[in-house]
Amino acid sequence: MKYSERVTEPTTLGSAKSISRVASAAGEQADAADKTLFGFWVYLMTDCILFASLFATFAVLRNNTFGGPDARELFSLSFVLAETLILLTSSFTAGLAILAARRNDKKQVLAWFGVTFLLGLSFLGLELKEFAHLASEGNSWRRSGFLSAFFTLVGTHGTHITAGLLWMGVMMAKIYRRGLVFSSVKRLTMLAMFWHFLDIVWIFIFTIVYLMGVARI
Amino acid sequence: MSKEFMPDIRQTPEQGRLVAYIIGYVLSITLTFTAFLIVDDRLLSGWGLTLTLIGFATVQLIVQLLFFLHLDREGRPRWNLQAFAFMALVLLIIVLGSLWIMNSLNYHSMSPSKTDEYIIKDEGIYR
Repeated sequence: MKYSERVTEPTTLGSAKSISRVASAAGEQADAADKTLFGFWVYLMTDCILFASLFATFAVLRNNTFGGPDARELFSLSFVLAETLILLTSSFTAGLAILAARRNDKKQVLAWFGVTFLLGLSFLGLELKEFAHLASEGNSWRRSGFLSAFFTLVGTHGTHITAGLLWMGVMMAKIYRRGLVFSSVKRLTMLAMFWHFLDIVWIFIFTIVYLMGVARI
Repeated sequence: MSKEFMPDIRQTPEQGRLVAYIIGYVLSITLTFTAFLIVDDRLLSGWGLTLTLIGFATVQLIVQLLFFLHLDREGRPRWNLQAFAFMALVLLIIVLGSLWIMNSLNYHSMSPSKTDEYIIKDEGIYR
């Protein structure tokens, strides 16, 4: 791997042999990280397929309101826009947290992931508020095929957000106690990938479920 | 020095990365707002609106793949990109295939009361 070539430049600190041994160990570790990140990427791709089938279900059922209310009567676009901006900002701050992790800046990693966590939590709160509001007016998943598909799709996304928040909480506690070691930087990178992925899924929920639903197309 | 090493933990110049995140964030916000305004002000309708909205979402997908997930910075062979391309193919088959099959089923098992309506619309017959 090219990583090892990079580190074997001669220095005055030790014999070339010991440096190359350290370098190959670092290279192996980086190689393993490389594979782990690729494996996680493949998991994200399979998760996309899960969402694709839920999107397909929704697209098929979106006009089957069974005499009940449709998207325009149910959703407030400005409310959903606020949710979208919150999630987008949290995706951005997750990226900033990864930059801080690369700089080995523990304080900033905790700060940016803290911001991301709070934004994610408020997103989840807004989503649950919307669900509770719909259910309280008798428009739960039992109402129509459209609402069943809506709750399944958006609820699955919300479940992923919940899992991401739990993961983030655990990682933050771990970093707070043990500091930024190599393996935690690797895991943080995966966590940030997961979070960016959820934001991308949400763009399509925002577009297909809300914008196209309210526009009645 | 290898630039294409994938997980590049503590390797890439900081400035470039930060700029990428900021560009991605600003572009995403702009695209989201524009799509929202088009629907809110009813600037378009019908197929034009559908294609525009899908277009905006797709552009934002690409923006986030490049600036947040750094798919363009991957070393060769581009395994991540290949996995993504295969996923996109399967996704399109699932979504477009479902819509096609279900619309066709809907059409062929329509209730008699709707038959006239469909025939008039499809064949261009006016009473």
